[in-house]
Amino acid sequence: MQPAGSVGSSSAQGATSSTDPRPLPAWVLEIVLPVAAICGLFLVWEATCRYFAVPAYIIPAPSAIWTETVSAPSITWHTLVTGKTVLLGFMASALISLPLAVLLTSSPLVAAAVYPLLVLTQAIPKVALAPILVVVLGTSELPRVVVTFLVAFFPLVLSIASGLVSVPPELIELGRACRANRWTELWRIRLPYAVPFIFSGLKAAIALAVVGAVVAEFVNADAGLGYLIQTSTAFFKVQLAWGALIILSIMGIVLFQIIVAIERIFFPWSPGIDKPTV
Amino acid sequence: MIEIDNVSKHFVSRDRDRVAALANVSISIRRNEFVCLVGPSGCGKSTLLRLVGGLLPVSQGRVVIDGRPVMEPRAETGIVFQSPTLLPWASVLDNVLFPLKMMKRIAPDSADRARKLLKLVGLDGFEGKYPRELSGGMQMRTGICRALVHDPDILLMDEPFGSLDALTREELTLELMRLWREQPKTVLFVTHSIPESVMLADRVVVLSARPGRIAEIVPVDVPRPRQFGMEALDEFQRAAGRIRRLIFGAGRDVLH
Repeated sequence: MQPAGSVGSSSAQGATSSTDPRPLPAWVLEIVLPVAAICGLFLVWEATCRYFAVPAYIIPAPSAIWTETVSAPSITWHTLVTGKTVLLGFMASALISLPLAVLLTSSPLVAAAVYPLLVLTQAIPKVALAPILVVVLGTSELPRVVVTFLVAFFPLVLSIASGLVSVPPELIELGRACRANRWTELWRIRLPYAVPFIFSGLKAAIALAVVGAVVAEFVNADAGLGYLIQTSTAFFKVQLAWGALIILSIMGIVLFQIIVAIERIFFPWSPGIDKPTV
Repeated sequence: MIEIDNVSKHFVSRDRDRVAALANVSISIRRNEFVCLVGPSGCGKSTLLRLVGGLLPVSQGRVVIDGRPVMEPRAETGIVFQSPTLLPWASVLDNVLFPLKMMKRIAPDSADRARKLLKLVGLDGFEGKYPRELSGGMQMRTGICRALVHDPDILLMDEPFGSLDALTREELTLELMRLWREQPKTVLFVTHSIPESVMLADRVVVLSARPGRIAEIVPVDVPRPRQFGMEALDEFQRAAGRIRRLIFGAGRDVLH
């Protein structure tokens, strides 16, 4: 299917949904409803904890989590430390994945040689690798960034590579008819065509980067939200652990939405291939 | 202008069998002639088009354009594909300018030229739109402008109207004839529609089923300028009937 055709069909779906009796404006669907759903979840949570008098060390009420978390010393500091690891690991995976995907798709020979190595990096359990990396790289931030990178980059490479090879053959023929060499073909046809795929990969990578950073902090850290969860559970400060967990989730959502926004602002023609349409 | 000289083409399939697509095809096409390629599906007409376009190498024989054998895509050839094949990230204007950008031949007046072409096919005012905002017919018109933007002397068209509805198809057929009258070019046009081929062509090359060989080259004597309604003319009927008999064998022309 041609890109233009697939976009056309999705806009046709949009047309049918706009003939519904009462179409909701986009901002209601995209902001009000999600926020309301999350608020609803917290309300139910709070009510359940109070009504059944759930002990705080099992599941603390959201209000208790809130008071404990905002009053905890240097919670902002921990958040920033983790945020930095996430972003560094994410940027490393983005910077390395792109040329790696180009390399993978450049020839069947290279693909046959490089692909097993990639799979190997994925077969290694990252949690098991983390302490070894600390020995190799020292107790700095570096091993944490490397673990974050290792967790995040693989799906990104795969989606960029599949974007680069899914260009319709006629588009490649068009490039050849215009006497494009491999670089112009890559730069003017394959890469722009892969943009929706790249963003789909970036969205997966940012979510995984948060996971990777926390795993790395569990193993070796003296600050960060993962470190905070470990130390506070050790001292039964369950509210604080939950608070750190919620901050991590919010971090993941915010970073994810930043990538969505970048895609919408800079590549408005991109159909956003991974959003399921109902 | 285009000499297709005893050309054969075979492909190697996955199980290493040689599949013959074209066998001993020879056609000589004059400058500014409009030639249609017609034949049953799988007869290699699109392959022949790609050989002339330099997108595929010949297995045997040679294709010569203006005395030079075709080894790679020529700058002075424009191609229109079966689907519009527009770049979804580029505006209509940028899509039309794409070949010039790729060949680094953007000149100060290129945008003007692209706009003029778009106006010629009735797309003025759509320069800033994106392909997804256009109908199928408009997308195809953009694709035709793109093939003409570098003012090629040869235009290769691979079933360009095949995916369009019947009305748009007639409309674009008329537009193509007008374009060709105003800016004459050597056109090689692949189609599976017999009336379309007779309506457009000076000569219709009828290919037989795989491997494609030339069954006959049918001259079309329908006077120009042509319009729909001329299908009733004797010349039209004669040519169409001849082509139909060549493809389906005798006895089928009653169905028409």
